[in-house]
Amino acid sequence: MSIGPAWYLSLAAVLFSLGAIGVLIRRNVLVMFMCIELMLNAANLTFVTFSRMLGDIGGQSLVFFVLVVAAAEVVVGLGVVVAIFRRRANTTADDLHGMKG
Amino acid sequence: MIAAIATPHIRILAILPEIVLLGGAILLLAVGSLVQRQLRARLATVCTLVISAAALGVSLWQWADVSGRGPFTAVDHAVVVDGFSAFVNVLVSCAIFLTALVADGYLRREDVVGPEMHVLAMVSASGAMIMGSANDLIVVFLGLEILSIALYVLAAFNHRRAASGEAALKYFILGSFSSAVFVYGIALVYGATGSSNLAQIAGFLSKNVLASDGLLLAGMSLLLVGFAFKVAAVPFHMWTPDVYQGAPSPVTGFMAAVAKAGAFAALLRVFVSTFGVLRTDWQPIIYALAIVTLLLGAFLAVVQRDVKRMLAYSSINHAGFVLLGLEAASGRGVSASLYYLFAYMFMVIGSFAVVTVVGRRGDAAHDIASYRGLARRQPLLALAFAVLLLAQAGAPFTTGLWAKLQVVLASVDHAIPLAVVAMVSAAVAAFFYLRVAVLMYSPAADVGTVPGVQAPAEDARPLGSGAARAAMATEGDRTKAETQSEPLVGIGAPEIPPTRPVWTGIERNVAVLNRLNASLLLDGDPVTLGPALGTAARDSGETLDVTAVRSAGPLKVPPLSAAAIGLCVAVTVVLGFWPGPLTSFAHHATLLFLP
Repeated sequence: MSIGPAWYLSLAAVLFSLGAIGVLIRRNVLVMFMCIELMLNAANLTFVTFSRMLGDIGGQSLVFFVLVVAAAEVVVGLGVVVAIFRRRANTTADDLHGMKG
Repeated sequence: MIAAIATPHIRILAILPEIVLLGGAILLLAVGSLVQRQLRARLATVCTLVISAAALGVSLWQWADVSGRGPFTAVDHAVVVDGFSAFVNVLVSCAIFLTALVADGYLRREDVVGPEMHVLAMVSASGAMIMGSANDLIVVFLGLEILSIALYVLAAFNHRRAASGEAALKYFILGSFSSAVFVYGIALVYGATGSSNLAQIAGFLSKNVLASDGLLLAGMSLLLVGFAFKVAAVPFHMWTPDVYQGAPSPVTGFMAAVAKAGAFAALLRVFVSTFGVLRTDWQPIIYALAIVTLLLGAFLAVVQRDVKRMLAYSSINHAGFVLLGLEAASGRGVSASLYYLFAYMFMVIGSFAVVTVVGRRGDAAHDIASYRGLARRQPLLALAFAVLLLAQAGAPFTTGLWAKLQVVLASVDHAIPLAVVAMVSAAVAAFFYLRVAVLMYSPAADVGTVPGVQAPAEDARPLGSGAARAAMATEGDRTKAETQSEPLVGIGAPEIPPTRPVWTGIERNVAVLNRLNASLLLDGDPVTLGPALGTAARDSGETLDVTAVRSAGPLKVPPLSAAAIGLCVAVTVVLGFWPGPLTSFAHHATLLFLP
């Protein structure tokens, strides 16, 4: 059995959904970060698969942009987390409820 | 032997405004670390003003160039320079200039010395410019991320406020979630059309009819979700009130003006121009989004007691109005949306400049009670705020009226129910703007004594003592915790038990703080200050940290903030009386739209 592009696209869709669900239901901020990374990498897999299907190198070069942006995002995100949770005991998002309306 | 790599020819003029802002930001960061601490604050502000004025000049030069020679693409067709992008560049340059004026007073008041806020704001603004001139979906994404990542840091900027960090984290999680959705949308559109270049996608769509366009429609809807998060359209608006409330006030104004402008610029270009052929597919979705955004924004703003939250919901309402122009999907609609964004930029930065000033030291007096009787104490400030709020409500002789009129006229041709909903929401919105305006001019029971009382109250509090100041200087949480009960004891509330460590309950202090400020204003008597503090703290079962006690100093209007507020009011009123220039600017920007 050969593994066609549809498999890769399906895998990417599943990974993306897992990541999205993870962000929505998990309460630990670090796990939410990981889920966002999962979503970005699912998009990368989709880019590469389409790039192979279309025979166009452009799609693979887009992956580098996404990787760099993801790295920058994580740096800033972890900085914010460290700044906040120096004042707290754990990294549970539900405890951040100072503002309500 | 390595073969030569073909690099695209880069036309500098095409990206000069971005280069000016980014280069200026890096220069400022370098120079700022070399000069003395006393000079740094002034230098940073002056540099930012000069850099943003230079960016404005370059953007106007771009505009002149485009008007003379027509639009063109550059950097291997990744960037487009047309009237639309020049308009966005002008808008963003003005926004950064005004924000620098407002931030100067804020940074001095909060003792945050350094060029970082200005630098981050300039980087973020360059992201908005990139979004406005992007001709490739991945460049849109890069612009979006440059805009957002700098804004995440800006939201967390005041590390002494717990709310600031909380706002940053919420913004970060939801913002990067929406970015991930956006990237997946780009991937699907790329798969369906074979390119991520906007012009090539448009060309592909105009030549081919897709037999099964499920992939393309899925990609388009994911792109729309990503944009809707950034512009705070309704099902994706959850972050807005918390982030607007928690972020430092000058940052909130900047965020409302620039993030909305950048995201709407890219949204208009991608949907009206690139996906214009498929407008029958996306117009109904925008129609529904606009209706819920208009109504929910207006109705939820009515029940808010915090002015920053109220302005946050009002910004959601404004986003609904701009969506009206997008829904029209015509040249007229786009020019109406551009006009709206430009007018809104001045109104919202001016409003948040007033909020910054009224928030006082600690940036916390944002309860609506803080505005009671403001006209007695600061007549000019109250007048300016009233004008800006009325402009946001769409009062005659302000740009607000022309902005609302144009988007409604653009949509009334084909979507009358939508125009009616917009008018209803404008009427509801007028209620909460007027409520604040009336409150400012209503004589509060004993507020007349406040100016005289505020100063002694400041002196009476022992936070002026060396111990508390030293605690602030060390900025250590533990030090704060050890000294935090002293000021309370000093003013007659010794019964507060030092229960929990202060860092576990800092976020509650925001609530305590709001109540404290309210009681300060309503009582206006230094003798009642102690019990007020005590009850406020006891009610929430929390202890106050030094930040809380520090807030609510006398109401001072820094000259640069006054200049920013004056500029915003002047533009809003003058262009309201004389709408011709800006209307034709927006109109020509749309005419020079590429492709």
